[in-house]
Amino acid sequence: MPSFVIVEKCDGCKALDKTACQYICPNDLMVLEPEQKKAYNQEPEQCWECYNCVKICPVQAIEVRHYADIMPLGSSTIPMRSSNDITWTIKFRNQKTIKRFKFPIRTTPEGSIDCFKGKTMPTADDLKKPGFFTGAARTE
Amino acid sequence: MALEREFCKWSFCTKPAVETIETDLLLVGGGMACTGAAVEAMAYAKGLGLKVTLVDKAALDRSGAVAMGLSAINTYVGAENKVADYVGMVRTDLMGIIREDLVHSLGCHVDQSVHDFQDWGLPIWQKDAENHTVDGQVARDEGLPLLKDGGKCCRSGRWQCMINGESYKVIVAEAAKNALGMDNIYERVFIVKLLTDKNNSNRVCGAVGFSVREHKTYVFKCKAMIVACGGVVNVFRPRSVGEGQGRAWYPVWNAGSTYAMPAEIGAKMVLMENRFVPARFKDGYGPVGAWFLFFKAQATNAYNEDYMAKNWDQVKKEYPGYADSPGTCLRNHAAMMEMRAGRGPIMMHTDKAMQALAEVLSKKELKHLEAEAWEDFLDMSISAACLWASFNMEPDKVPSEIIPSEPYLLGSHAGCAGLWVSGPSKGYLGAPDSWFWGYDRMTTVEGLFTAGDGVGASGHKFSSGSHAEGRMAAKGAIAFILDHKNDKLEAAQNVDEVIAEIYLPFEIYEKYKGYTTASEINPNYLMPKQVQTRLQKLMDEYVAGCATMYQTNKPMLEEGLKRLTLLKEDATRLAARDLHELMRAWEQYHRILAGEAHLRHILFREETRYPGYYYRSDFLSIDDNKWKVFTISQYNMKTNEWKFETEPYKKLC
Repeated sequence: MPSFVIVEKCDGCKALDKTACQYICPNDLMVLEPEQKKAYNQEPEQCWECYNCVKICPVQAIEVRHYADIMPLGSSTIPMRSSNDITWTIKFRNQKTIKRFKFPIRTTPEGSIDCFKGKTMPTADDLKKPGFFTGAARTE
Repeated sequence: MALEREFCKWSFCTKPAVETIETDLLLVGGGMACTGAAVEAMAYAKGLGLKVTLVDKAALDRSGAVAMGLSAINTYVGAENKVADYVGMVRTDLMGIIREDLVHSLGCHVDQSVHDFQDWGLPIWQKDAENHTVDGQVARDEGLPLLKDGGKCCRSGRWQCMINGESYKVIVAEAAKNALGMDNIYERVFIVKLLTDKNNSNRVCGAVGFSVREHKTYVFKCKAMIVACGGVVNVFRPRSVGEGQGRAWYPVWNAGSTYAMPAEIGAKMVLMENRFVPARFKDGYGPVGAWFLFFKAQATNAYNEDYMAKNWDQVKKEYPGYADSPGTCLRNHAAMMEMRAGRGPIMMHTDKAMQALAEVLSKKELKHLEAEAWEDFLDMSISAACLWASFNMEPDKVPSEIIPSEPYLLGSHAGCAGLWVSGPSKGYLGAPDSWFWGYDRMTTVEGLFTAGDGVGASGHKFSSGSHAEGRMAAKGAIAFILDHKNDKLEAAQNVDEVIAEIYLPFEIYEKYKGYTTASEINPNYLMPKQVQTRLQKLMDEYVAGCATMYQTNKPMLEEGLKRLTLLKEDATRLAARDLHELMRAWEQYHRILAGEAHLRHILFREETRYPGYYYRSDFLSIDDNKWKVFTISQYNMKTNEWKFETEPYKKLC
């Protein structure tokens, strides 16, 4: 059902101030079941399989069972995202072929971006001229 | 109409709490355009003492079309290209009718956003001194010059550069968050209605929306506004039939709000007949750009015939003057000729491309190449990689099927639907006076701006261009605010009535739910999903969807319009059980309006301007004598009528 939550692993993010998957899902699909305190995907046929819930889950309780109308069972694609790279482990349906890839995701520390640092701030006179506060426009 | 109009009198559902926020500039949307607008607006707002507020339906880190990430930046002009050539590419791809003032000014600005992304920490692949490709982190570790200092990016095509883009949106959002401050960002608030000024019905002055997390309404009052919340997805029946409907090519949460809300207050729209039909790896929607351009793969029909080579002379005959260099829709057209003749499926020969590269590359380089091929999918359409794994397919051993998908409406990718906006300055490159009305990227409604998918007649902006265009719109909006400092604004609409209208689906559900034993089947209302399927079916069958191989004609469109009109009436009986469904209800309403604009525009333009995107079977040619024009529409919500006009195209460079 696109993303699914493993009962034994999900702790409802009780140690956090908000449920991580519910916070991040761009399509408002993940909800916390109030009695069991476990998350679930409330509208699987609207899931983009963007993996943002999978990547953010602090206890790796979320995986993806791919679209039932399209994909055969048995493969898995699992990301592990750190603050500067992501590692993917892809297991084929045949359970034999395994691919592992690691890619960088950012070259600066998380939270460090200050787009105004060291820039000359523009004034109202600049508004109707081309260019941005970080650099001039091309003139051609 | 058959059903009596319902009103929310708060008899069956409770009134929400209401929070009113006064601001100067309101940003509606949280994707590339509005995050760009946020940083540029704040650079001015700080010194001028202005307040900027952003409202996002989701969470800023992962909202919009770049939520999953991207494997390439598709618009980077670079020192080696001229902006005029960029304009030429866009004109060719969009079949000759674009606003060159908008495209050119964007081309002059877009590189700065890319340079800023690299500064902020986006890993951009580069070429080292020996012209070897290195990923974005290695480029930094090796101390290669940044792009702004003359460093070379790794081109996959003339305008594209490859990135390690898993966190592209997180990085861009972080810049916007730190510029705005979290106090000025409202996440999980869905804006559904715009407010206009009591003394000037053509002036925007606010917006109303609701929290999808608590029973609370937000009323924003502003001097100017940028509405940029993406294009329209799932307005057509998708090729998938079950869960796979979520695997749309463009983000499934793009509901046409960018077009519907401005249209409701009279903003003019342009080229809404245009659409994008992406030919992508079947079912997973993996991108084809890198395979065609970077890995040099070939696509063929089922019998290994290169459909471009085979059909191109025919395409040139059918569309003389437009097929000299292959635009996206005409490439689709050449593939569709094979599909209609029963010679599908269309295959992308990833295997042959990789095997050819294996002959010239070292083992280490080949290993890197394999990772690059997988990363292309893992960065932006993970399901496509999963699909390979689930079918035991290794791209270097077997080919993969590609297919033209269901249609999408958008203005930032290889399409140009959107709003009719002012150009950057009077007479820009000799633009007619009628293309400029005071403020860059302002719609025909005063104070209402847009960017990205919102701006019509100027496609091929992609992520970087949408960010840059948001910044341009922000400057226009701040200039507007300064010029209108003393305006006293007051909403023409009764805000209490607007709020009652927004929560009507709750009232309807609570009022009637007890009548039947199953809450979803009730003669008094429709659930959002039911409205969506009806819209998708009629658009697919009558408005040139996959069902008819993208073909339609006047009688079909008229029948479609009849059905759409009835659906629009029934949409006043949408019901919702919770806040999530209330969001879905208003998304469907926005989709209906955007779909109606699309249908009416196709009906108006009596030619086939975009073969391979759609065909008017009753007018199969391109008719430059009559139709080399912008088609402009305006909706009147009070009378429920549409007005059409045309504006001549003018070549500027």
